Amino acid sequence: MEFAELIKTPRVDGVVLHRPFMPTVEGTLCLTGHHLILSSRQDNTEELWLLHANIDSIEKRFVGSLGTIIVKCKDLRVIQLDIPGMEECLNIASSIEALSTLDSVSLMYPFFYRPLFEVIEDGWQLFVPEEAFKDLESMTDEWRLSEVNKDFSVCPSYPSLLTVPKDIDDESLCKAASFRHGGRFPVLSYYHKKNGMVMMRAAQPLTGTNGRRCKEDEKLINATLCAGKRGYIIDTRTIAVAQQAKARGGGFEQEANYPQWRRIHKAIERSNVLQEGLIKLVEACNDQSHSMDRWLSKLEASNWQSNVKEILTTACLAAQCIDREGASVLVHGTEGTDSTLQVTSLAQIILDPACRTIRGFEALIEREWLQAGHPFQQRCAQSAYSNGKPRSEAPVFLLFLDCVWQILRQFPCSFQFNENFLIMLFEHAYASQFGTFLGNSVAERLKLLLSQKTVSLWSWVNRPQELERFLNPLYEPNNLVIWPSVAPQSLLLWEGVFLRWNRSTKCLDEAYQEMVHIIEYNKELQNKVNSLRRQLAQLETEDGPLQTP
Amino acid sequence: MIIYDIPAFPKENLVKVENVWLVDRSSSRRTQVGTLYLTATHTIFVGKGSEDRNELWVLHSLVCNVVKHKASQSGYPLLIHCKNFQVIQFIFPQESDCHDVYISLSRLSRPEKYEELYCFSFNPNVGKAEREHSWDFLDLKAEYSQMGLPNKLWHVSPINREYRVCDTYPADLFVPKSVTLPVIVGSSKFRSRGRFPTLSYYCKENHATICRSSQPLSGFSARCLEDEQMLQAIMKSNPESRFMYVVDTRPKLNAMANRAAGKGYENEDNYCNIKFQFIGIENIHVMRNSQQKLIEVSALRSPSMGEFLTGLENSDWLRHIKSIMEAGLFISKAVAEEGVSVLVHCSDGWDRTAQVCSVASVLLDPYYRTLKGLMVLFEKDWVSFGHRFSHRCGHLIGEAKEVSPVIDQFLECIWQLMEQFPCAFEYNEKFLISIHNHIYSCHYGNFICNSQKERKDLCIKEKTHSIWPHLWENKLDFMNPLFKPDQSQNQGLLRPSTAPYCFKYWRRLYNRFDRELHPRQSELDSLMTVKEETQQLEEELALYEQKMAVLDKEHAKTLYMQKGVLDSKQALWSLPLDTSLANTPQDYISGFIGGAPNVFTLQQGERESAEVCLYGDKTKSSDADNSDQESGVADFSSHSSGEESLPSEESVKDPDSDETGPNRA
Repeated sequence: MEFAELIKTPRVDGVVLHRPFMPTVEGTLCLTGHHLILSSRQDNTEELWLLHANIDSIEKRFVGSLGTIIVKCKDLRVIQLDIPGMEECLNIASSIEALSTLDSVSLMYPFFYRPLFEVIEDGWQLFVPEEAFKDLESMTDEWRLSEVNKDFSVCPSYPSLLTVPKDIDDESLCKAASFRHGGRFPVLSYYHKKNGMVMMRAAQPLTGTNGRRCKEDEKLINATLCAGKRGYIIDTRTIAVAQQAKARGGGFEQEANYPQWRRIHKAIERSNVLQEGLIKLVEACNDQSHSMDRWLSKLEASNWQSNVKEILTTACLAAQCIDREGASVLVHGTEGTDSTLQVTSLAQIILDPACRTIRGFEALIEREWLQAGHPFQQRCAQSAYSNGKPRSEAPVFLLFLDCVWQILRQFPCSFQFNENFLIMLFEHAYASQFGTFLGNSVAERLKLLLSQKTVSLWSWVNRPQELERFLNPLYEPNNLVIWPSVAPQSLLLWEGVFLRWNRSTKCLDEAYQEMVHIIEYNKELQNKVNSLRRQLAQLETEDGPLQTP
Repeated sequence: MIIYDIPAFPKENLVKVENVWLVDRSSSRRTQVGTLYLTATHTIFVGKGSEDRNELWVLHSLVCNVVKHKASQSGYPLLIHCKNFQVIQFIFPQESDCHDVYISLSRLSRPEKYEELYCFSFNPNVGKAEREHSWDFLDLKAEYSQMGLPNKLWHVSPINREYRVCDTYPADLFVPKSVTLPVIVGSSKFRSRGRFPTLSYYCKENHATICRSSQPLSGFSARCLEDEQMLQAIMKSNPESRFMYVVDTRPKLNAMANRAAGKGYENEDNYCNIKFQFIGIENIHVMRNSQQKLIEVSALRSPSMGEFLTGLENSDWLRHIKSIMEAGLFISKAVAEEGVSVLVHCSDGWDRTAQVCSVASVLLDPYYRTLKGLMVLFEKDWVSFGHRFSHRCGHLIGEAKEVSPVIDQFLECIWQLMEQFPCAFEYNEKFLISIHNHIYSCHYGNFICNSQKERKDLCIKEKTHSIWPHLWENKLDFMNPLFKPDQSQNQGLLRPSTAPYCFKYWRRLYNRFDRELHPRQSELDSLMTVKEETQQLEEELALYEQKMAVLDKEHAKTLYMQKGVLDSKQALWSLPLDTSLANTPQDYISGFIGGAPNVFTLQQGERESAEVCLYGDKTKSSDADNSDQESGVADFSSHSSGEESLPSEESVKDPDSDETGPNRA
């Protein structure tokens, strides 16, 4: 298909662009296959380059022959284009609509994007399961890397290599897979070096109404327990929801069949409920009525903060079981691709200092989200301004980032990255020139040949030039487990994302710059003092012999 | 830090109860047993069985109320709510002890006479001269002259020297030079409590002023020529402008209701060239109830997000803060942008008027965003102009209806501004909280009584100490490391956004003593440490550069002499920054994160925070305490809401489960 077919009017002059907290720009609007471009054709003003993929929805308005298109983006920005001429306006609008809702992944921009930088370290090769397994091997020999899912037939949403207990053979794995939703049998998610406890994740067991059981499944998870120890199964759903799941063939682990495990139910919302929450929250943030009551009640009604609290609480609970109780943990919800991953990844951030570095965090996202089969393509197809019938969109990953931000706020010195890093990940998960977040699983990504045809986000981010603005100046490596507070008083609205386009950040940016300056100046002085000290010491030793007669 | 020696307490009034439990509300694990003492001025709890001095000191004047709760298995609980939002729970083994303490504390925390307040017995080790000197720390006369007054249009009127015209006003007042004494007297007779229009703030750049007064006694039709002349004179003292604003900070309905009582507001027809404006800030009773609700929300134990947000909304607190901020912004814009003078009043002109004038001053003038400037603002707009501290803060037993968090709201407005303008303030949040504490603690004489005249009659300056030098001495603790006085955003008028989402819940004030709710690492403290270290480094650098110069010239002997200095200095700057940054969080949280499970001791941080409530802020988190973010795990399972998250059925059967574990979910 040619993009030209979709572009009815490629160019309009005299278009006025309104953006929040920026001067209006008049110029020429151009539509290309992947971008909406507005340029004033003067050197001094910034051009607008907007990926069609970033457009969540548009609205048209007409006053006389002047048309206005309101463009609402997935990164929550809202911009306005005043277009002279009704026909041009209609053409532009329908072109944008068509281009921003392309179904075929292979038409997406990452397949056309050619980097202007030299790829020194290929992000596609950075985080391979074999490497992670080598680290594990250095700590324990209880686990093995199984190729049972080599051709993705056992579990289409799992990667080809999986870490499983050494004593469980591939045949048992297949049987356990048939007992779990989507074939997602229990696999290793995290090994806690300090006490050898582990966190595993899976999908719900298919017990159904007649209480099916699966010996292999039981054996598999029991193999992770030390003799005489008990483990915890954290079901991210309430007991009521888990009961209902039985009717559809799902369910939860029966006590009688898993006597060494204690099950705990939490109440993380289903993903479609989360999507409604996001829409309501963003609506509240964009409300211009400026009445205090409506703001707080709308914030409350969105349930967003409640969701943050619940997810964080569950992750803390998992971490607590592992680190404090010295117990192993199995986490699952229904499909094991959403709330499960939120919990397992956040628990690792709490427990493992490595995940709080930039590389470690990237590796965590690769491991616990991309390779673990979070369906990014589906979940991030639409954002807060979607007005169509919701399909499977849900801000699962955004909620995870929000939770990380909450921990970062509470431990501002323990993370190597700053808030901008998290915001950048949010943006790229929804629309990007990089291929990293395309597809829904490892299998899909392989089929799309992403690693050959697109550039990895990590190839770009990890360049020192880019990395600089994502570094937290306050970072001091901290090897401890960090326990955040989950009380409502301690959890804040993530203004950097949700109020980003609603308020001027000038003063906050200046404060950040000042913080960077204070720390850099300190380091500079340290260096100066150290080098002078060395010089002095040297001079002393050189002159030293002179004193002794 | 002053170390108290318990045997040295005054023996009279000393109540001593053994085996009292001090309950930590955030975690039952840190509950500890000890001895409770009641002295004439403090409630003191001394923990038992640890080598550390685990002490909790609470000033009686900070006690808001004492409540006996129903007896439980463990004994007879007594709950003490403090005015600084600390909540302390003791459990007594004997009902009679609990009752005795309840009766004594109820009496001790409600003094009947000013002389019973702590400031009259507080006796730090300073001489008479130094104490008197402490009262000279701020000189309002010099401050006005800094503002540019007196000048050719404004002068100090001697009319209130003996407090005869208005006994709630200060002795020295600025009025337009053009008004005569009879005009002032006439105007004062037409204003509630004689509080005639007088100057609060003068803008040197454009001569616009903020003046303040009480409501006029206009009733439905009364008018007063002198009062009209007074306003005319104020307007004319701003030669550039052709009109002035009269801002009535009350809701219109309230102001109209006042007319029936012979009070009310200015009739625009009677006054030349005034623009009249209602602002709609609620009265002290509404504010008191609002804060009460807010406090209840802040004290909820493990609330759900919904409960918290609904409670916050129902309290209306942030709506009130927003209305005060908007009023301040309106006035400051009138002065700075339009160059128009403003007269502000409410009913009596000592609550809402004080709030709005001082918020406007903070917005207008960078000086009030410095440590010294804020102190001046308190002395000027609040203390000298007769904000009724003793009534509003409930220093003495009296009318509960007079109590209202007017001053809290002003402090909170500044805090909200600090959130929006992180580089604009020289002081930090701790400074505001420390002032808040001392307004209620009656530790110093500044905020005692309801007017300057009362303070003079009581000889406050002769008998008590002033807070300001004390705060100034500790200013290192109160500095904002991000403060940039030269930055453009900090010059002139601050223009805060008043969108609802810009007003946030002030956790550090309302949950001040709930350490587990605060960030475990503090950006502020880290930056302060870095800045402190930077200063040391600068000194080191200067020393070394000097040495290098010397070395270059001098011979070996000189070098040998200095070697010692170099070595001894080395320890200072080579202290590893890394560990101090990452592993030494603020003192008030180390208690939480340092407490190993099942160890019933008060940690360093708890002791210090207990002392902070006594001393204000003398304590410093200097100790290289062994804080460990790992231990003392928060009981996440208990935060879950309601029954639905109860663990699966079998967990109940497990008898040997660890109490602290997730099985309590």
